[in-house]
Amino acid sequence: MSYAVEVLNMSHVYVTEQGAMLAVEDIQLGVRPGEFVSLVGPSGCGKTTILSVIAGLIQPTSGSVSIQGQPISGPSARVGYMLQQDYLFPWTTIWNNVMTGLEITQQAGAESMAYVRQLLRQMGLSGLEDRYPTQLSGGMRQRAALVRTLALKPDVLLLDEPFSALDYQTKLTLEELVLGTLREGHKTAILVTHDLSEAIAMSDRVIVLGRNPGRIRREIEIPEPIRGAMPLAARELPDFHRLFRELWQELLETEGEDGR
Amino acid sequence: MTGSRTKVQELPGERPGDRITAEALAVYMRRRRRSNAWVLVVQLLILSGSIGLWEIAGRQKWIDVLIFSYPSKIFGLLWENLLEGTLLPHVSVTVLETLCGFLLGTLCGTMFAAVIWWSPFFARVLDPFIVVLNSMPKVALGPIFIVAIGPGLGSIIATALAVTVIITTLVVYSSFKEVDANYVKVVRLFGGGRLTVFRRVILPASFPTIISTLKVNVGLSWVGVIVGEFLVAREGLGYLIIYGFQVFNFTLVISSLFVIALVATLMYQAVDYLETRLSRRL
Repeated sequence: MSYAVEVLNMSHVYVTEQGAMLAVEDIQLGVRPGEFVSLVGPSGCGKTTILSVIAGLIQPTSGSVSIQGQPISGPSARVGYMLQQDYLFPWTTIWNNVMTGLEITQQAGAESMAYVRQLLRQMGLSGLEDRYPTQLSGGMRQRAALVRTLALKPDVLLLDEPFSALDYQTKLTLEELVLGTLREGHKTAILVTHDLSEAIAMSDRVIVLGRNPGRIRREIEIPEPIRGAMPLAARELPDFHRLFRELWQELLETEGEDGR
Repeated sequence: MTGSRTKVQELPGERPGDRITAEALAVYMRRRRRSNAWVLVVQLLILSGSIGLWEIAGRQKWIDVLIFSYPSKIFGLLWENLLEGTLLPHVSVTVLETLCGFLLGTLCGTMFAAVIWWSPFFARVLDPFIVVLNSMPKVALGPIFIVAIGPGLGSIIATALAVTVIITTLVVYSSFKEVDANYVKVVRLFGGGRLTVFRRVILPASFPTIISTLKVNVGLSWVGVIVGEFLVAREGLGYLIIYGFQVFNFTLVISSLFVIALVATLMYQAVDYLETRLSRRL
């Protein structure tokens, strides 16, 4: 079957004045269309490196990445990326911010503007178009950033700990909103997170990474009914805690191996 | 200090907390007004005291009037020149030169910074040259400008430009470099190239810095213009100072200094106002 995202034998080395460091080694990853995959692991396991390579921001030292069967050569409108913080431009309005991607890719027509208005309504941001980012709460800002990303109708969404800077309540609300939006649009997503319960509650599959260098240790398929449930409801299901403990154990072993 | 003199009206439907909030605000405002008034009184005392003392010292011949003059003579001369219409042309020439100096300095400095930002290779090549130029006292280039451009407005503006442009380049370039890489990432993720990054992120993010260099450049540009006028001018406030010095008319020298202080302050305040207006939203 064809993958929405396919990473083959990917390794990446960061080179600086201080020397070279192997960040990730021999990553193999296939994500099916519409699938939601989470990457978890200790810090320094190369999660963000993997996302940056898939986004086309960095060229891997070896191996290749394909989006819907086509090898990538740089950032593309088919792939959307959510950063750890909103990074809305503080010097301009919410409207100009959410239109940024469309303007850069020269797609800012009447149709796409109507789509952006619809997204803003969906995210509960209608009427805030003329505000400046500093006038909005953290949750609103992250939702505006989501609108900015979704405006280009990407098929694949890369989420780099997009909820980590938010307070717990806002985080839970946004998880629901994001997952609902992604399922509705049948979008493929890769989430990087530290939060194990977030990974289980949102994903179809969780991938555990080890570090030094970063490589895939284990894959856990999330069984029904957890994978079909929305994040809040999923946390209430009986198997949730068993999965949480299993992942936790896996991560502890990763940490333990590290102390060799 | 109770709120006896302040009007705190009890409105129907008012919550009990409203009254105490309003009273606390009234007490705070009254204290602040009082302390502001005292600051102003002391400032005025210092000003009028020193002017008065200077006047008496001059009239009583405690100081050498030929060198230090005294206020009524200075203001008399200013008033006379103002009426005769000989003062304002000098003021306007100097103001024009200063405006050109700091606007051009900020503009060219920002443009150089953009060029250096554009090419990291170029930035590394130019680095030692910029360090030397920055360390050098730029007004020392005055004679070169006079020979190259000719004595007049051009070389005076060039001197002001030389004083402002290098420091502007350095300050603006470092602000370009300090822009959060994640904002750049946002544009890159949408496939934006270096020009798009510059237009959409680097320049708007550095706008407050550029405006504040404008403020620093007002002061620097005055230095360049006055020195330039010392060297070549036949008009302008710097020329009046040198002329007064040569004919030993120190009343003229001091009155020119007074006008410079006044106009430079006004110009600085105008740019300061511009800065608060432009950066209010950020």
